[in-house]
Amino acid sequence: MDETDRAIVNGLQGGFPLCERPYAAAAARFGLEEAELIARLKKLLADDVLTRFGPMFDAERLGGAFTLCAMSVPQHDFERVAGLVNAHREVAHNYEREHRFNMWFVVAARSREDISRLITDVERETGYPVLDLPREAEYFIELRLTA
Amino acid sequence: MSALDEALVRATQAGLPLVAQPYRELAATLGISEREVIERLQAMLADRRIRRIGAVPNHYALGYRANAMSVWDVDDREIEALGPEVGALPFVSHCYRRPRRLPHWPYNLFAMLHGRSRDELQRGLATIWALIGPALRRHEVLYSRRILKKTGLRF
Repeated sequence: MDETDRAIVNGLQGGFPLCERPYAAAAARFGLEEAELIARLKKLLADDVLTRFGPMFDAERLGGAFTLCAMSVPQHDFERVAGLVNAHREVAHNYEREHRFNMWFVVAARSREDISRLITDVERETGYPVLDLPREAEYFIELRLTA
Repeated sequence: MSALDEALVRATQAGLPLVAQPYRELAATLGISEREVIERLQAMLADRRIRRIGAVPNHYALGYRANAMSVWDVDDREIEALGPEVGALPFVSHCYRRPRRLPHWPYNLFAMLHGRSRDELQRGLATIWALIGPALRRHEVLYSRRILKKTGLRF
């Protein structure tokens, strides 16, 4: 990654133009030609410096229902419970964390009713209670990482 | 959301085409005009279904290897004023108010921190602690030990 790549990663995390030749318009900001910007983006994606280039959607605003769940699972039973939780398609992410509440997962479903049903199912299958912690307000602005 | 908007989300969630006229290519796939693709994307940006359009960096590749979920028990009368201040800090990637579940769970503010080291995260935690000030009753930090499942949110 050279200085130009760094400028692209830092300067193009938002505001990509909505016009007929957006790469040409964006390239001009970095003193590049359209084709060179496209080639550099392809390389940054291939090298896994970028995970994606395109729109970042707000999944909740697209529709559906979401929540964050927490469980406190004894160490000797942890793998069994992780398997049961992960088997649900609606469980998007699941993390083990260093805390009494040691299992944290995000649920994405069609409706609030589907979330309630999933939580009841997980409690019945595993034998442990689930904390349901839906977001009530969002305060962040997008994180800009610097290369 | 309209069927066309849904189709546009599906066509772009893996990324924009890396060709000179990406919106024209999307238009051809969807059977609509280039102008309509651009207008629909503008509308989704305006109502924030799209947060932004551009490069999504890989945290790890840029050296942001440390992360933590910090949770704070903040006075209900102050959280609406303090939440946006915490969320605006440069090392906070996500910040939400969530319900307490007493007696098991007393925290109502969640802030995800990203940094290049645990030292950097510690400095960030001290900054949040000072910012919340007397409205803070207690807080904890939950470091991640292991990813058990990660499937992006697929539309």
